[in-house]
Amino acid sequence: MSTMTNVIPAGTRRPERRVQPGQPRRGAAVATIVLILGALYCLVPVVWVLIASTKSNSELFTTFTFAPGASLFDNLSDLFTYGGGSFGLWAMNSVIYAGGGAVASTLISTMAGYALAKYDFPGRQVWFYAILAGVLLPGITLAIPQYLLMAKLGLAGSYWSVLLPSLISPFGIFLARVYAQSAVPSDMMEAARIDGAGDARIFTSIALPMMVPGMVTIFLLQFVGIWNNFLLPFIMLSDESKYPLTVGLFTLLSKGSGTPSLYSLAIIGSAVSIIPLIVMMLVLQRYWRLDLVSGGLKG
Amino acid sequence: MTATVQSPAPARTLRRARRRWVPPYLFLLPAGVLFIAFFAIPIVYAIYLSFRGFRVTGGGPFGVRQEAWVGFENYIKTFAEPEFLAGFGRLAIYGVIAVPLTLGLALIFALLLDLPRIRAARFSRTAIFIPYAVPGVIASLLWGFLYLPSTSPLNWILDKLGLPDVVMLSGGALYPAIANVAIWGGVGFNMIIIYTSLRGIPSEIYEAARIDGANEWTIAWRIKIPLVGPALVLTGLFSLIGTLQVYGEPTTLRPMTTEISQTWVPLMKIYRDAFARDDLSLAAASSVILAIGTLVVSVILLRATQRKSFGGGE
Repeated sequence: MSTMTNVIPAGTRRPERRVQPGQPRRGAAVATIVLILGALYCLVPVVWVLIASTKSNSELFTTFTFAPGASLFDNLSDLFTYGGGSFGLWAMNSVIYAGGGAVASTLISTMAGYALAKYDFPGRQVWFYAILAGVLLPGITLAIPQYLLMAKLGLAGSYWSVLLPSLISPFGIFLARVYAQSAVPSDMMEAARIDGAGDARIFTSIALPMMVPGMVTIFLLQFVGIWNNFLLPFIMLSDESKYPLTVGLFTLLSKGSGTPSLYSLAIIGSAVSIIPLIVMMLVLQRYWRLDLVSGGLKG
Repeated sequence: MTATVQSPAPARTLRRARRRWVPPYLFLLPAGVLFIAFFAIPIVYAIYLSFRGFRVTGGGPFGVRQEAWVGFENYIKTFAEPEFLAGFGRLAIYGVIAVPLTLGLALIFALLLDLPRIRAARFSRTAIFIPYAVPGVIASLLWGFLYLPSTSPLNWILDKLGLPDVVMLSGGALYPAIANVAIWGGVGFNMIIIYTSLRGIPSEIYEAARIDGANEWTIAWRIKIPLVGPALVLTGLFSLIGTLQVYGEPTTLRPMTTEISQTWVPLMKIYRDAFARDDLSLAAASSVILAIGTLVVSVILLRATQRKSFGGGE
């Protein structure tokens, strides 16, 4: 678990690495070029959608794809007035599903992971293996039975039908367990217990602060996962005003195949909806502890 | 009488036992309830449904449709349907393109980032990671437009050169075109997992190898790749699971081409059976098969790689 303590700040190199004088420079140049090609491959569609979002519908199909147009503000106002402000609603719904779902599921996962890592209790192994099976089982194959159950409960089509299934994340619990195992020392818990602290107190004042870096990673993974989820809301919801962005934009595009005028709307909608998430990722990049993910398999 | 005499001892152990039991179960409670509600019960319900079906009783035109136990009928029907198997066939072609390329590119980028003297490493790493923030549906939409003959930059260039257009979303290019959307979205995340795992290797190991005269190529093959084995297994597992549940990408690209049918991959067929045809039992049976298939593939992969790294070898 030595990798656990190894925080990797963005952009820093190992200081102790000395480059030998005889080492070929050409290799490094080739490697740099390959990486930049990879970066371009990843950026081209994003750049394309940003440029295309400035074009009017007719420009979209006539001018060179990477030449900007002059209709950005027209497109934006079209987007936000479409269907009486549907896009704004979808964006807000995405924030509710992803934000609320990720916060709650991070707390739930942290508590469960902590219990599995730090307590010895009857049934621990059973729970652990059940959750491990949950990691391997594609959540999506459960979407239809989940829908049927929600329908039985009269919840299908409501906000809850998307939020509640998003709260449970076996992978989040798994990561929290890995992190609690390495970050929360048992000696310290024992010392606090001797000093008379209860289990709740030990959790909130010792374990929780120590697990914060792991929790941030779980939060980000969950946030992106819920934000990007398509099938679950697609199955659960029928009322357009409750759609998240993914399902909303999909319906826009499907209608667009009949009426090409909606194409420019789908494009500006995509551009607007990916910007916040990209910004969030760039800002929070340094808090990502993805070594957790790979470290988990060794533990 | 005896009960009152014996009562203190069991009460104490009971209290002690409860003290051991209660706190972890309280911490586990929310997750446990949600797990039972959204994993365990749906699984059991899907299995139950998969053995149910409608039987026509009474015969003739006046037969009554009644729900009844039908045994393995839905499973037999699922396997007998050429469209479901064809969906797995298409999934296999798609997976054979998408999984190795995603992992291969992720590993190459991670190894290159870990080399000394790389320029613009931070820019490249961030840029390659960005598609992770783009939902699959939107990624398909972006690439869909880049593939459309009227908006494709490639075709614009070909037009200027007087060459014929390339058609991306039909014929032999269809699979690579759809796989490309998944590769684009998946490389960055997998790269970061492998890269963070590479950064966890103590650099003394490389120093020692360099003193022994090993070049970067040998170090990558002999030291780095074996040491990031667990990360590779994990990313491979996630890519494989992701492949088996492909749904959003082909569904989003459907309006742009006539070659993606309504039942192109298994999940699309399951969705159609459940919601367009209202045949929930058949959809449940197919879901169970898909879930079991995924579990079997995951376990085989984990077993195979563990044997390779722990059992056999030098």
